[in-house]
Amino acid sequence: MKRRTLAVLLENEAGALSRVIGLFAQRNYNIETLTVAPTEDATLSRVTITTEGSDKKIEQITKHLNRLIEVVRVLDLHESAHIEREMMFVKIRAEGPARAEVKRTCDIFRGQIVDVTASAYTVQLTGASDKLDAFLRAIDQAAVVEVVRSGVSGISRGEKVLSA
Amino acid sequence: MSEMLSGAEMLVRALQDEGAEYLFGYPGGAALHIYDAIFKQQKVEHILVRHEQAATHMADGYARATGKPGVVLVTSGPGATNAITGIATAYMDSTPIIVISGQVPKAQIGTDAFQETDMVGVSRPVVKHSFLIKDCAEIPRTVKTAFHIATTGRPGPVVIDVPKDTTDPAVAAPYEYPRSISLRSYKPATRGNGRQIRKAAQALLEAKRPVIYSGGGVVQSDGGPALKALAQRLGAPVTNTLMGLGGFPGDDPQFVGMLGMHGTYEANMAMHHADLIFAVGARFDDRVTNHPAKFCPDARIVHVDVDPASISKIIPAHIPIVGDAANVLQELNAVLEAEMAKNPALPDAEACKAWWGRIDEWRAAHGLHHAMPPSTNGVILPQQVIQSLYRATDGDAYVTSDVGQHQMFAAQYYKFPVGRRWINSGGLGTMGFGLPAAMGVQFACPKATVACVTGEGSFMMNMQELSTCLQYGLPIKVVCLNNQALGMVKQWQDMQYGGRLSHSTYSDSLPDFKTVAEAFGHVGFRIDNPADLDAAMDESFGPRLKNRLVFVDVWVDPDEHVYPMAIKGGSMRDMYLNKITNSQQGDYM
Ligand SMILES: Cc1ncc(C[n+]2csc(CCOP(=O)(O)OP(=O)(O)O)c2C)c(N)n1
Ligand SMILES: [Mg+2]
Repeated sequence: MKRRTLAVLLENEAGALSRVIGLFAQRNYNIETLTVAPTEDATLSRVTITTEGSDKKIEQITKHLNRLIEVVRVLDLHESAHIEREMMFVKIRAEGPARAEVKRTCDIFRGQIVDVTASAYTVQLTGASDKLDAFLRAIDQAAVVEVVRSGVSGISRGEKVLSA
Repeated sequence: MSEMLSGAEMLVRALQDEGAEYLFGYPGGAALHIYDAIFKQQKVEHILVRHEQAATHMADGYARATGKPGVVLVTSGPGATNAITGIATAYMDSTPIIVISGQVPKAQIGTDAFQETDMVGVSRPVVKHSFLIKDCAEIPRTVKTAFHIATTGRPGPVVIDVPKDTTDPAVAAPYEYPRSISLRSYKPATRGNGRQIRKAAQALLEAKRPVIYSGGGVVQSDGGPALKALAQRLGAPVTNTLMGLGGFPGDDPQFVGMLGMHGTYEANMAMHHADLIFAVGARFDDRVTNHPAKFCPDARIVHVDVDPASISKIIPAHIPIVGDAANVLQELNAVLEAEMAKNPALPDAEACKAWWGRIDEWRAAHGLHHAMPPSTNGVILPQQVIQSLYRATDGDAYVTSDVGQHQMFAAQYYKFPVGRRWINSGGLGTMGFGLPAAMGVQFACPKATVACVTGEGSFMMNMQELSTCLQYGLPIKVVCLNNQALGMVKQWQDMQYGGRLSHSTYSDSLPDFKTVAEAFGHVGFRIDNPADLDAAMDESFGPRLKNRLVFVDVWVDPDEHVYPMAIKGGSMRDMYLNKITNSQQGDYM
């Protein structure tokens, strides 16, 4: 089992995304994270899906995605060098001496405190998913009130481009 | 200046421009603007069915017989949901149908309006693609795209959901039917990769025990002649899937019969012992392979299919070729011809002879008993009915079937000379398919002999269409293998559940089908004596009843099972051969 990141260029049409998601449900594939937004070309959306599976399974997923009429291109980002990032908000209870501790951990991870109340900090953090995981491990679990993760987006390094 | 038409008129005009002959449909509120536009024209003939499921099977039967897409029109809500079974049937067997469903007006979508169903959502897992019309101006291009998608690549059903306001007769838009369509996101491969084809040719020439395993893709691409040329060139045995029957002539000596769960002994043994499997237009269905891990242990696999997602899905292919079956076969023939001219020692004639020696032994040992001995207990054997049908129709009929034992007997015993003659629901296994499919075939081929081989259980799932048959004068011959049971279910219960026949029999409550047929205005026969079988069959298919629908209710042995039958979890060579023996006993050869 390997974690994979698939980048999918999709016609930006009503119902297209539901076909992608429906495919995963129908064929019993797992979606770990999913992000979607229009691209520089407004007629196209870009979907990034992270999933887990054997090489064979990923090949099947890729083929079935390609079979969807509205899917223009599919790329398994792990085929070559690539960058992945995820964004996270964490609301953390921070009172008394713990306040300074949260701030310090946030700095170590190059996070930003984007909202403050007398009893809580809201931290914004961007990075590879394992960095976000590490941050959550580094702070006191009991103080974490809310976690919002954007899901992974990714892009190939170098000249390689995913385009229609 | 292009003509101004309402959405309803555009829809009908677009169907005309696509050359659609028939529209199989059933009206209702959301479709009434469209029905009014149909009323005002003559080019597309609307066929009024009695149930929307049947409309989809008719369109499907029409498509399978002709290769042209069949078109369906239903209303929203229950009309649309009734069509789902037929859409799923077409999806599983990759047949091109277009289903136009009425929808509530756009402004009401999402409000749980009367007869509102999210048709695009409900049908999504069982369509090749679907559209929701948002503006009447989209209609011409959408219809064109729908036909393009349904009929190219791996064919399949396409739904067009049409909100009632987009067909409003008071709103017009310019009508222009696109001549062609090109989609950046949909470019199905047609020709196979040349290098892969050369590799496949080499593998075929070097094989000592090759088997050609051909499926529905050969039938759909009309690749039969190219397949025959290939088989003759190589002298190799050919087996067909349930969907592929007729892709290779059923009476050809190189044909070893159908393979798989109820395939012939010789076909399954040849597959298991092959050193090369040439799979074309087939998808290694679980009803073929038995346990995938035990599948054909010594074979290299060449797999030709138009759908890349079918290749290496179940069984990894050594030489994958993505392309239209007929095209690839033609190119392969050309390569083989050139290679064989260069190297006359290939393929190895000695090896071929030895291979056929083994196949002939298998065939002699457990082949289907083509000369069925007259039954001893005075009961008609179901196999005999198919043999009698084959004889009475000179092997030249279109045969549709339902699902169950009768379907397997028809597949085993009717030797189809060419593709598109055998029409059955292989993938979904839809009981109730047979009669409406036969109707679609008869509409497509008014002069042809069309037989529907059915079981009394399946027939009762769509028998209301007997009324439609009367309305349109369809002279279908229905041959019912009446075993007074859900025979295939009963067979499994006999074999796997200690004979506990849980809800698979109803012999005390069956209708008299002869009277049923007569009540619907047709001709009915009931046959229960083996001595009357041939005469009744001849009468049914003879000149006197040429223009009539005839229902031949043949009472057959209720205890007969379909054999061979794969032993679950085994390899292809593991089969029950009859009620007492299986292939695991004694010598495997
Ligand atoms: C719509 C549907 N429901 C249930 C089944 C399961 N099933 C497969 S074969 C069969 C029995 C069919 O009975 P009949 O049509 O009389 O054919 P026979 O096997 O007796 O020849 C059933 C219930 C099915 N294939 N389709
Ligand atoms: Mg029955």
